[in-house]
Amino acid sequence: MALAQRSRNASLLAGGTLVGLVVLAALVSFGWTPHDPLRVEATDRLLGPTGRYVFGTDRFGRDVASQLLVGARSTLYVGVVAVGLAALVGTPLGILAGMSRRWLGEFVMRANDLVLAFPALLLAIMFGAVFGAGTLTAMIAIGIATVPSFARIARSGTLQVMSTEYVLAARAAGRSPAFIARRHVLPNIAGLVIVQCSVSFAIAVLAEAALSFLGFGTRPPTPSWGRMLQESQELLAVEPRLALIPGIAIALAVLGFNLLGDGLRDRFDPRLEAYR
Amino acid sequence: MTVLRVDELSVSAGGQSLVRDVSFQIGAGERVGLIGESGSGKTLTASSVLGLLPDGLHATGSVRLGEQELLGASERTLSRLRGMEISMVFQEPMTALNPSMRVGSQVAEPMLLHGTRPDRRAARSAAVELFDSVRLPDPEGTARAYPHQLSGGQRQRVLLAIALANDPALLICDEPTTALDVTVQAQILALILAATRERDTALLFITHDLAVVASVCERVLVMLDGEIIESGGTREVLSSPRHEYTGKLLAASDLEAR
Repeated sequence: MALAQRSRNASLLAGGTLVGLVVLAALVSFGWTPHDPLRVEATDRLLGPTGRYVFGTDRFGRDVASQLLVGARSTLYVGVVAVGLAALVGTPLGILAGMSRRWLGEFVMRANDLVLAFPALLLAIMFGAVFGAGTLTAMIAIGIATVPSFARIARSGTLQVMSTEYVLAARAAGRSPAFIARRHVLPNIAGLVIVQCSVSFAIAVLAEAALSFLGFGTRPPTPSWGRMLQESQELLAVEPRLALIPGIAIALAVLGFNLLGDGLRDRFDPRLEAYR
Repeated sequence: MTVLRVDELSVSAGGQSLVRDVSFQIGAGERVGLIGESGSGKTLTASSVLGLLPDGLHATGSVRLGEQELLGASERTLSRLRGMEISMVFQEPMTALNPSMRVGSQVAEPMLLHGTRPDRRAARSAAVELFDSVRLPDPEGTARAYPHQLSGGQRQRVLLAIALANDPALLICDEPTTALDVTVQAQILALILAATRERDTALLFITHDLAVVASVCERVLVMLDGEIIESGGTREVLSSPRHEYTGKLLAASDLEAR
């Protein structure tokens, strides 16, 4: 048991550290970067890692390390927009579906299934084609595509809470559905929603990378890890470093968010409460 | 003084009748047991009194609390009475408390809801006093605890405190000790006895445990297939049952060697 507990804490700690690093990189980039990430230096093209350029330069002579730092901003930005949208829309919808009469709940969930039928990336590409490619458009699309997963989780949690006697007691005492949702349902499904957030965050980061790679995400010249990958594809054979560095950054960030989600789930799971 | 008077209460679902012609009265300070096997209609009878029958079930007859008719009363009237004049202690102390709320606030809730205490602070201190009266250790600290930090017996004490918060005229206990082990059971029963005596509260105690009925109730009603088949003083019914079924119940509980 002590071992299990340690491994739970370990994933929370490791996830927290990795996510913390991404946040730190983004924050630092506002005040300081080794070089101007957008400055093109024709004489310094495709330099390997040196004292002057820690991770070297790309084919335009831009500093990779600086781009990595500034790119962390895009990564966090897309995560916050996409996950924030999905959580703020999906959770209330799920609670509504779980608390309302059967036909309304069914209606919400079937509408949910309809959205679920669209692959997130396809939706984002569609949005990009209609509203113009950009980070915000892409992330709103990813957010909309993620709404169903929040609605489902919130609904199943709500159904569970609604069957308990403290909710029966609150209803019997004449408490309004809004009060019950706020006071009884939301606090008890918050753990589930937070965990879903961290998992969706990882998915959003990957989606941004994929969309930027396809040219539907972050517009040049704004640095983003996905765009760094995209720009490196022609040089994959010559300079694999240019693909590896943003690739590793993405992998570590996603791993961090997943571990954080795992750790948070264990912390919030009431069934594990007794063992702590 | 009669607190609760149930006359010819029947509950049916569609064409099927689940409870038939149940009549009984409970006076102030009187403790009445309702016994019978699972599915005999005990809980449905209690739900009818509270106006909490599941959807699709229909009750006829009369249920009067003092002068107030409860069957067919508006939801507003009922919600004013519940938690104020009638309270209930549930069977499962685990799901009856909100795991994300401190238990002190959960006890303060019915007092604030019915306006029996002027503000949150007064309700909080009343909650702490209640915790003291149901003999929870460290009432101040317990009020700040979450349900998972308490044992099953402590949680059941919290539920009792919630039920007693507004000094109800009628307390309904639906198998309040089933989920507890035997020693804790005895403590909770003693507490229910003391609390109802102190406040002159009428008690309707639902159980299938004859030993519990014998230690708590003055009168007992035996239900079988939705009907009351025998009623009378606890001692008479349990020592010389007139109905065959009551005899069987007794024999069965002897076999369990309590």
